[in-house]
Amino acid sequence: MNEAGDWPLYEIFIRARGGLDHKHVGSVHAADAAMAIEHARDVYTRRQEGISVWAVRSTDIVASDPGEAESLFDPARDKVYRHPTFYEIPKEVETL
Amino acid sequence: MYTQGLAEPPARAGAPEPVVEDAEQLRRFEARIDAEEKIEPKDWMPAAYRRTLIRQISQHAHSEIVGMLPEGNWIGRAPSLQRKLILIAKVQDEGGHGAYLYSAAETLGVSRAELIDQLLAGTAKYSSIFNYPTRSWADIGAIGWLVDGAAIMNQIPLCRCSYGPYARAMTRVCKEESFHQRQGYDIMLKLANGTPAQKRMAQDALDRWWWPSLMMFGPPDTDSQHTALSVRWKIKRFTNDELRQKFIDFTVPQARYLGLEVPDPELRWDEQGRCHRFGEIDWSEFHAVLKGDGPCNRERMLARRDAHEAGRWVREAALAHAAKHRRAAAMA
Repeated sequence: MNEAGDWPLYEIFIRARGGLDHKHVGSVHAADAAMAIEHARDVYTRRQEGISVWAVRSTDIVASDPGEAESLFDPARDKVYRHPTFYEIPKEVETL
Repeated sequence: MYTQGLAEPPARAGAPEPVVEDAEQLRRFEARIDAEEKIEPKDWMPAAYRRTLIRQISQHAHSEIVGMLPEGNWIGRAPSLQRKLILIAKVQDEGGHGAYLYSAAETLGVSRAELIDQLLAGTAKYSSIFNYPTRSWADIGAIGWLVDGAAIMNQIPLCRCSYGPYARAMTRVCKEESFHQRQGYDIMLKLANGTPAQKRMAQDALDRWWWPSLMMFGPPDTDSQHTALSVRWKIKRFTNDELRQKFIDFTVPQARYLGLEVPDPELRWDEQGRCHRFGEIDWSEFHAVLKGDGPCNRERMLARRDAHEAGRWVREAALAHAAKHRRAAAMA
């Protein structure tokens, strides 16, 4: 139990149906991983919202710093040539 | 189920000192709000924004949890097995809503245990509506129809709240809340079209829940000083009075369809204003209930404290069990 007297926090990811990625939906408190899965089932899938659950200890997640978002993501901004729409192809050329 | 009426900070000594924010950061934050960008947990935000959200989201979470009590009162006495199943599902949803919302509040750097301690110590508020008793089965109908109806009116704009985790939790809540309102109206329909005694029961429930439901929207705009900042930061999209008016305009025809009478002799349709005019709300009742002098305040808090204490050994045992298995796994 942490100082505040709560069970550890787990972040919950749910796969809505086969073929889709697991998506973050929120968090639950649980004594261990097995209980986190059970709680996530009760809290986040009462109406068949999922067929698979991932539970990850919140403290195990490493996140990028929003303060560094510019230096991390801006370099991609002026590289429009990475998108196919950058190139103009003559109308006569098909299936390209 | 919840409304926004409580989100005003308590005016008391010892309130946090106003923080002087960095002008440039504040400007950038407000530009993002103006551009309808969502604010996410690790983004910079003004201290007052964080504080307002923690207060509002935790009051909302507490309301969901305390809200399980008046309805739980009728699970054992629901008139049929199907009604019992539906009511259990609804009360379970309220617990789920509380869980989504505590989870959203925790992203702001406060722990759930701290918030629950505040509720149990009586320093946090929850919606005044749950301090009224559920005397008959018709009250379960009236709660779904009116109380959840009022909650939906407030919660739909919250799905567009500027704080991402709150908005996402509200989207989930709203999907489920619609079932709550419809099952309530369904109960009222059955009673209103039943025996004379059943119809009287439905009317009695409407008589008792109508005014408290209108109070759920909170004090009139003229007395609600913090609305302006909440609206500017897009935590709140409409004022208390706007939402209350909309609720009345939606609900009065629904009552008429039931053949029931709204207990307000001054209620009338204003053709020119295209809205209903209604009688004076007794705000002294609202403030008394909020202060702790409602019919069931003490009973509700006692029930929550007892449940918390009775569950303590379970929380501790689960941790001991988990620790034992970790040790066993480490030795294997």
